[in-house]
Amino acid sequence: MTLVLTLKTAPPQRLDLSPLLPHLLNGKSAKEIAAIDLATTREKASVGDIFKLRAGSPEEIRFEGGSERFDAVGEGLTQGRVAVAGDVGVNAGRKMAGGELAIFGNAGPYAGSAMAGGKLEITGNAGDFLGAPREGEIHGMSGGLLVVRGNAGRRAGDRVRRGTILIEGDAGDWLASRFIAGTLVVLGRVGASPGYLMRRGTLVLAKPPELDSTFVDCGTFASSFPAVFARFLLPESRAAARLFRSHLRRFGGDMAVLGKGEIFVPA
Amino acid sequence: MRPMIKNGVRIDETFAEAFPMRGTALLITGPNKRWARQAAVTMTGFATSVIGCGCEAGIDCEVEARDTPDGRPGVRVLVFAMSSNDLQSQLTNRVGQCVLTSPGSACFADLNAPDSLKVGSLLRYFGDGWQVSKKFGDRHFWRIPVMDGEFFCEATTGMTKAAVGGGNLLICGEDYEKTLRAAEAAIEAMNEVRDAIMPFPGGIVRSGSKVGSKYKTLHASTNDAFCPSLRGLVKTELDADIGCVLEIVIDGLTEAAVASAMRAGLAAIVRLGPRKGARRVSAGNYGGKLGPFHFRLKDLLP
Repeated sequence: MTLVLTLKTAPPQRLDLSPLLPHLLNGKSAKEIAAIDLATTREKASVGDIFKLRAGSPEEIRFEGGSERFDAVGEGLTQGRVAVAGDVGVNAGRKMAGGELAIFGNAGPYAGSAMAGGKLEITGNAGDFLGAPREGEIHGMSGGLLVVRGNAGRRAGDRVRRGTILIEGDAGDWLASRFIAGTLVVLGRVGASPGYLMRRGTLVLAKPPELDSTFVDCGTFASSFPAVFARFLLPESRAAARLFRSHLRRFGGDMAVLGKGEIFVPA
Repeated sequence: MRPMIKNGVRIDETFAEAFPMRGTALLITGPNKRWARQAAVTMTGFATSVIGCGCEAGIDCEVEARDTPDGRPGVRVLVFAMSSNDLQSQLTNRVGQCVLTSPGSACFADLNAPDSLKVGSLLRYFGDGWQVSKKFGDRHFWRIPVMDGEFFCEATTGMTKAAVGGGNLLICGEDYEKTLRAAEAAIEAMNEVRDAIMPFPGGIVRSGSKVGSKYKTLHASTNDAFCPSLRGLVKTELDADIGCVLEIVIDGLTEAAVASAMRAGLAAIVRLGPRKGARRVSAGNYGGKLGPFHFRLKDLLP
């Protein structure tokens, strides 16, 4: 049975929920779990203070209720499944390497930051710097699948070097800034300067803005790549699969840097 | 050897002796059936025997467009060699020269196995720096810019060390017409078996060989015991009513696939009967001491 943590009342302070992961809770009793400290200030805030616990196998952890103060949910996740029925704060799924994290609500900035594997799905909106590195880090996301059903903020996909990001709603300015490699798909509208200083990698934009002059038109051509990825994305998003199956035009860039990246747009 | 008789066809009490090989499978797709098949035919050309060709290769089956990764018509090819290194170099050369070059082709791994061979991860260098790596889940592909668009190629494919090469049937008939008819019927049935190929021209070999030769430089020479023209001159294996012998050689990804193919071929020959087809079926072996796999004809009878 799933381990269920039901929020009692709105949290009195920002919470660090990163200790609540399947592999960290394995073998712990309900009492031990209730004693875990989630505080980020000098005031104490244990799991038992914040949540009502229903014991169960920690292979799947479910949070009933969320808050913009739920920080670092699923940070460092390696296996199993964590689900939140509600909103979360910063760093959701940061550095996760496996397993599945599902946010049934909105996520704050740095969701999926530097994630390396597994699947992160956000049914609502995501804040700025989706999948991006934190201060001082060299790379952002380096593997796995990140799906946002709503909109994403600015600089989604900053410094991503591997993995796949799918944004079904709109994306803000500087999408995929400094992109190193990987695949990023946006089905909604996109803000200014997508692919700003991208080196390699693939953006597929259903409704692109006017691209920067450092992206050059390569025209249309035949390749199995879109069809193969359409099949991969079909279980996640029918609309994304449809976009990949449509006639696509390639723009190469960002020529201000390496210039081996590409933006596909409907031809 | 005491023959068994099935529907009038004599089945020798003997076995085919086969050897372990390294095997791999690729799925080649194209813009239509014709060009998918063309790439596969070209890639598996000149691949009848490891003795002179470096590998043995053939078409396993056609794959419907809805069952291929890119939704285009495909053809599954199998390639076999005696060592991993031989198989790797043959695969690189053949995909590089025959599939990469074929209009509109793409190339996918089609064998799940613990070991792997490089395909796209070597051919990518043809892209001269413009090649693009694409990963999704645990699959890795290379996109190589070419003059008609892009060559899309999986980075690696699986390699099995449990492949079996050298399963065979010796089809003996009264005359040329009947023997060829029996061999063709066998091949038609055997083509339906998955994971197995018959690498010789159209699946049939007329120049079966024995080990050794009177000439020092040759390792193999004509199978004189089965040559009708030498009956009486050498220690012959042929009866008075046999005027022609054709052989089918089978390579399979598993021992079971080779057995299934031989079983299907035998059944087709027996069904045809001696009046229209073969009078006798035998199999080639080296006394059972060289190859670890023995396929006894009587165990494979319908």
